[in-house]
Amino acid sequence: MVKEHDNLDPRGEQTLALRLRVWRQSRGAVGHFEDHALAAVPTSASFLEMMDMLNEQLIKEGKDTFAFDHDCREGICGMCSMTINGMPHGPLPGVTTCQLHMRNFRDGEMITVEPWRAKAFPVIKDLAVNRSAFDKVIQAGGFITVRTGSAPEANNTLIPKSVADEAMDAAECIGCGACVASCKNGSAMLFVGAKINHLNILPQGQPERERRTLAMVKTMDDAGFGNCTNYGECQAHCPKSITLDVIAKLNRDYLRARVKEFFSSTGKPRKGGD
Amino acid sequence: MSACSCCQPASIGKKIVMALSGLVLAGFVLGHMSGNLLMFKGAGAINGYAAWLHANPGLLWSTRAVLILSTVAHIWTGVLLTLENRAARAGGPAVEATRRATLSSRTMPYSGVVILVFLVFHLLHYTFRTVALGGQEFGENVYAMVVAGFSQPAVAGFYIISMILLCLHLSHGISSVFQTLGLRNERWRCRLDIVATAYGWLIALGFISIPLAVLLGCIK
Repeated sequence: MVKEHDNLDPRGEQTLALRLRVWRQSRGAVGHFEDHALAAVPTSASFLEMMDMLNEQLIKEGKDTFAFDHDCREGICGMCSMTINGMPHGPLPGVTTCQLHMRNFRDGEMITVEPWRAKAFPVIKDLAVNRSAFDKVIQAGGFITVRTGSAPEANNTLIPKSVADEAMDAAECIGCGACVASCKNGSAMLFVGAKINHLNILPQGQPERERRTLAMVKTMDDAGFGNCTNYGECQAHCPKSITLDVIAKLNRDYLRARVKEFFSSTGKPRKGGD
Repeated sequence: MSACSCCQPASIGKKIVMALSGLVLAGFVLGHMSGNLLMFKGAGAINGYAAWLHANPGLLWSTRAVLILSTVAHIWTGVLLTLENRAARAGGPAVEATRRATLSSRTMPYSGVVILVFLVFHLLHYTFRTVALGGQEFGENVYAMVVAGFSQPAVAGFYIISMILLCLHLSHGISSVFQTLGLRNERWRCRLDIVATAYGWLIALGFISIPLAVLLGCIK
């Protein structure tokens, strides 16, 4: 996308001059966009490095920097969370913001940077949002009961390769929240589907299977996430390319859990009454 | 959870109600369209079919009861889901970008509202016979009533537009039924999308053929 031999830095690397429209918001206050110009951005810089450059420029100008979440900067922690030109994690499919490089933008381009937009993810400051609703969903059922202590014999629980692969595909979810930000309903079904599937299809996840499904869906609903209407935007924006399969399986598991709950045994009648 | 699940249905519960009621309504339009095509066989065929339906009040009213229940459930869950989803989105980003969501999926509430308006008009038109028939009495002659109704270009035009929107609604809805009931995966998603679109067009073209035939003078 970058024009050849245009805007070279002293090391001969191509650079970009950008116009940035970045969201500014303090906790509880109404937010607004701020316009900034940033010159000499190397095309090899990641998007977060470009944001670092902007913040350094703001510090030199004596202005407040933009707050944004980041941690590993290698695409595995799920902390970075920016909606770039309307797309969570930006225009390159299958990567997080930290793995998006400036060579994917044009010289002179106007880039709009916003936080994740969803009722369940309130803005803490500028581009940083509170994603503790995801933590609550995990606390509700994202665990298994195991004996602690010495490691168990590896071959005690046999798991077919296809099942292990399927569980690993679901476990790839890094919980960044791009599915919620990209969904036109603010739904967290891709996240919850991935987390439920990852445990529900493995033998170790069976004891809590029904309880997990019902509790995680209930917590998801209570947190204020929307309902899935099968747009498929979440899959298209997921940096780990988790597919809608996990949502179909979540729906199936939820139906199964409700039926089993409805027809569950009520136990023996107590003798002599309570 | 089960204590309050009736007053606060879970998100997936509402989706399942929407899917099952939609499936009933989608099945009904196929039956309705097949019956309507008897118009091409002549007045005797369609009038005979209408008389047979009215001669079986048990069948007629049990079908109507299921349809009314499904329609109410479909509208109720549709309104709930749309309002909750709008609130959950919190306005959305300033720059709206769509990577994959189809036109039909994004217009479901709008196509649904137009189809509902059409449904009310259609019932007043051909079931209660109170509008757009010029006060004429047709009695058992359904054939003459349909021809008189569709001879008005505005009525036929509204009917045709509504059927195109029904096609749009079905092409997302049918495929979504399978996803909501957990009967879809990546391999079957594309195939079911094609089946749903084909079903939508089959229904729409079947229904549209009648007002078009009346307007073109093929059915008199």
